[in-house]
Amino acid sequence: MSAEFYFGVEVFLNGLMAGVMYSLVALGFVLIFKASGIFNYAQGVMALFAALTLVGFQNGQIPFAHLINTIFGTELSTFGWTLPAFAAILLTLGVMILFAVLVEKLVLKHLVNQEPIILFMATIGLAYFMEGFGDLMWGSDIKKLDIGIPQGGNRWIEDHTAFLGGDNFYGFYIDTLDIYAAVIAAILVSSLVLFSKYTKTGRALRAVADDHQAALSVGISLRTIWVIVWAIAGFVALVAGIMWGSKSGVQFSLSLIALKALPVLMLGGFTSIPGAIVGGLIIGVGEKMFEFLIGAPFLGGATENWFAYMLALMFLVFRPQGLFGEKIIERV
Amino acid sequence: MSTVETYTTPDGRTIGAPVMEMKNITLRFGGVVAIKDISFDIREGEIRAIIGPNGAGKSSMLNVMNGFYHPQEGEVWFRGKIRPPMRPYQIAGQGVARTFQNIALFKGMSTLDNIMCGRLTHMKTGMLSHILWKGKAEREEVEAREKVEKIIDFLEIQAIRKKPVGSLPYGLQKRVELGRALAADPELLLLDEPMAGMNVEEKEDMSRFILDVNDEFGTTIALIEHDMGVVMDIADRVVVMDYGKKIGDGTPAEVLANQDVIDAYLGVDHG
Repeated sequence: MSAEFYFGVEVFLNGLMAGVMYSLVALGFVLIFKASGIFNYAQGVMALFAALTLVGFQNGQIPFAHLINTIFGTELSTFGWTLPAFAAILLTLGVMILFAVLVEKLVLKHLVNQEPIILFMATIGLAYFMEGFGDLMWGSDIKKLDIGIPQGGNRWIEDHTAFLGGDNFYGFYIDTLDIYAAVIAAILVSSLVLFSKYTKTGRALRAVADDHQAALSVGISLRTIWVIVWAIAGFVALVAGIMWGSKSGVQFSLSLIALKALPVLMLGGFTSIPGAIVGGLIIGVGEKMFEFLIGAPFLGGATENWFAYMLALMFLVFRPQGLFGEKIIERV
Repeated sequence: MSTVETYTTPDGRTIGAPVMEMKNITLRFGGVVAIKDISFDIREGEIRAIIGPNGAGKSSMLNVMNGFYHPQEGEVWFRGKIRPPMRPYQIAGQGVARTFQNIALFKGMSTLDNIMCGRLTHMKTGMLSHILWKGKAEREEVEAREKVEKIIDFLEIQAIRKKPVGSLPYGLQKRVELGRALAADPELLLLDEPMAGMNVEEKEDMSRFILDVNDEFGTTIALIEHDMGVVMDIADRVVVMDYGKKIGDGTPAEVLANQDVIDAYLGVDHG
């Protein structure tokens, strides 16, 4: 086998890993869309906000420090302690749950029975509000997120695959962080699926996703379910925020990963949790392989920016509900 | 308080105090009056039918009973107490279960899961214990499952337990919906046209199930039905509505002899 072939395999593997990262974001969209028919534009910003909050807690930053300093003429910046990653994650989770409660109380409650497009607009507003709020709360500088997940090429995989190729082949380069991301995503998805299949709350979630009126008639409170769904989506956003933040630093462009989740959703379907995963993997592998095989040699490269959208567009033409989605076309 | 009196049906069942009382209910949608000043009660253990021509306001009345609609005037009394305005899920929690005219099942879920959903009001453990899946939550799940299996046996739908209900024929879907309502062990069961769109055989099956539910579980039932024959066979007392007004109330025989009812059904000019 040529080195070219092994490089191709490596690109494929890295595509899978990138796909996992996309799936993590797409998952949050699917959860909310399934339960309430809302396309939550703010999902990407939620991931950013979660990551910002996590770093803030970890570094003992004082929230709204800049605002306080401006008003009172103080010079506060940190509490002067650093929290262990675990504690910071728990605290951030608490913030995301509080956020879910507030979204329900301040936004969703007032928009019951409105058109999906109205709710969509509301989430756009929410996204920009949160971006500004995150800025005000934690500052806008790029932060390093480190919760102890090792980064860089995985030595073990490199050492154990080096024998495959010739002298110029040193084994597959796969980022350890990506492997962690894949494992965490797998655990996250399987626990979500188990939760929704085998527990009372999960059953209620599915019931609400299926028929609001019938759900009410069997005693399910829609508002409680929405808080739960948004809290779970907040949790997923936190996981996505941790993984993306560890990889590329916590910066405001992180909220744009939401845009990468769109083609994933079109591929996998807006209503399927496994679809979000498979869609993410296809997009990840597809764009890396396309770049490797066609983009770089023939098209001058940089095809990764648009390939995913092209692929999604083709799916929209031939299978509008996505690979796993239910056949509800008008809604999408 | 209304006077508590009991009566005995021709087949020897004793009917008790009112479970639900509708007092001077008026419901308007903008300028349209859907229900106009209607009062009646539903007594413990009885099968109470609400009949009337299309557009008479029967379904609206059911929606008032289970809290989908809130009447502008009048009071709903439940178990001898006035019921404050409540949300439908809270009313379900009080023990009022219902089915829908156009079947509102969770189409993507299996028969078993649908009926399990009907049991939700009886499952009190919190979300955390479900995530951890320990002790009490597990026991509760097992208990719910036992109850649900009994209902599945009762309704003779064992063969379709695992099938997604969206793929089932209409008659069976109606039966699953009844099962979901029964799973709540309701104090009051509301059935909106349980036999609509069924053939004679299916109607007979459904009538038998309704009578059995009433007989075996002692469930109080209020149902809307178009088929006069069926109503006369299974109902203890009947309310007749026409154009949002009550035009008759009594035993099937009394109602059948009522001139207003005859006019409404044979179509006398309403001028």
